[in-house]
Amino acid sequence: MGQQDLVSRLQEAFGDSIGAVQLESIDPWIEISADGLPDVCRYLRDQPDLKFDYLSCISGVDYFEPDPKKAAKLDGSPRTEVVYHLWSVSHKTSLVLKVILPRWKDDQEGVLPEVPSVADIWRTADWHEREVYDLSGVHFRGHPDLRRILCPEDWQGHPLRKDYEMPLEYHGIRCR
Amino acid sequence: MSTTKERSAENKVVEFDVRTDEMLVNMGPQHPSTHGVLRLVLRTDGEVVSEVTPHLGYLHRCAEKIGENLTPRQWIPYTDRMDYLAGMSMNLGWSLCVEKLMNLHVPEKARHLRVIIAEMQRIASHLVGMGAYGLDLGSFSPFLYAFREREKILDLFEEACGARLTYSYLTVGGATADLPPGWLQKCEAFLDQFLPVIDEYHALLTTNSIFIKRCAGIGVMSAEMATNYGCSGPVLRGSGVDLDLRRDGEEWYTNMYDGYAFEVIVEKDGHYPNDHVYPGVPPEAVLGDCWHRFYVRMLEVRQAIDLVRQAIDRYSSATDSYGEPVKLNEKLPKGEAYLETEAPRGQMGFYVVSDGSAIPYRARARSSCFCNLSVTSELCRNTLIADIPAIIGSLDIVMGEIDR
Repeated sequence: MGQQDLVSRLQEAFGDSIGAVQLESIDPWIEISADGLPDVCRYLRDQPDLKFDYLSCISGVDYFEPDPKKAAKLDGSPRTEVVYHLWSVSHKTSLVLKVILPRWKDDQEGVLPEVPSVADIWRTADWHEREVYDLSGVHFRGHPDLRRILCPEDWQGHPLRKDYEMPLEYHGIRCR
Repeated sequence: MSTTKERSAENKVVEFDVRTDEMLVNMGPQHPSTHGVLRLVLRTDGEVVSEVTPHLGYLHRCAEKIGENLTPRQWIPYTDRMDYLAGMSMNLGWSLCVEKLMNLHVPEKARHLRVIIAEMQRIASHLVGMGAYGLDLGSFSPFLYAFREREKILDLFEEACGARLTYSYLTVGGATADLPPGWLQKCEAFLDQFLPVIDEYHALLTTNSIFIKRCAGIGVMSAEMATNYGCSGPVLRGSGVDLDLRRDGEEWYTNMYDGYAFEVIVEKDGHYPNDHVYPGVPPEAVLGDCWHRFYVRMLEVRQAIDLVRQAIDRYSSATDSYGEPVKLNEKLPKGEAYLETEAPRGQMGFYVVSDGSAIPYRARARSSCFCNLSVTSELCRNTLIADIPAIIGSLDIVMGEIDR
């Protein structure tokens, strides 16, 4: 099935949950609203002719320029994207979903943006969501065990956010 | 056949008389059977483990953060240090991903050079996996036999690029240098010498009855579970899922193997492709257990020899260059690309986002071992303590790649 057919089918089934669609880029992607994500994912996994049963990767990308002089160079407004790379083992096709979030929930600085967890759809998401939470600072609602995975549990901040500042010291160890 | 369940049931009967308490046992991060700095917290009741919690991050070196501050070619040495037993495959994965973003096609000769190097790396990597697995299960000799051969591959790599572990040899556009004169003959001589040696490995481990008892029927993973957890490589194929990115992957990657004859190593009707040469599946083994994961690796070593031989023929007849020159500070086109390659340990994915400058806006590595390791809690539930090294070893993890 072509990407365009898939998009119209999703739009028909989910309406407003499907946002911007970018089919011309290297890896065509579809934007999904945060709230509609679990339903769309379950549909993509369970439909026999789609069968996206393999979640390759979840990545968090933070779009922000802390330096106000360079802020104009940023492509689009400041945002955090969560990118889902899906793969179908039986049909050998891939699909990219994106959830675009504000950098802070309700624009309250310090409150992490939220996405529903898909860990009950693909178990891969369990650790991947923990990693995205740890490094990119996205809160996954409904995740069974949302703890830091790579950084120590008492680490402050989320290192892959563009406004992250390395702490001066950690338990008496000089960091910078 | 004694399955894990029956054995743990037996144990419970034995322990009925001797009252035991639950105990938390810390395995690692300095335990030799955890293959690096992995820490497992085991909740045990006597010899039976009821829960396993892996703790990672001891080797976290912020590779992705560093990737946001370096150009793609400068980041190549950092990819070496992810899966440090298969540095070449990591270089290749990242290079291909950046080439996909840049829409850069490498010359014919570079393509075949990459196949030679990547498949030699697969042999070296699986040899460590095989040797260390023997070590985990208490047999020391296979380790020495495996390293004897691996040493020869490292010598070849050293001659090609000067390094023995962290190569940075394959790079964006092709390779950093051509293979030195006389290298191909040495490589062929190695393959001729290596082929009969594989029988020794099979005699030492595959058909060894103690080895079979330790890993057949242990850690059985169904195909659905392996897919759902995002397992890949020999771990996925050992469960009978027919997926190998060298055949099924994206065109950017499968292009490299265009015209090569090879069969995906996966069980069909109780047999593996070309397994008639080697001892077959023992009656105790169940599809998806530790033994099958090990055996898939061993057959991939044999397959890699064929692929290297085919690649040497093609490389010798190619007339163009070993690489397309790419400037160190070459500007990347605006956009993003994701590409997965079949590294020895599974599907290694790289994701690059560019804002149009020479330095990626975001560099992301999807690690195969990270996903392969995430099944441990479920695989190790209600097994014996002694089976934990057997299960972890069969996943063949490298912590450098998990923690990045």
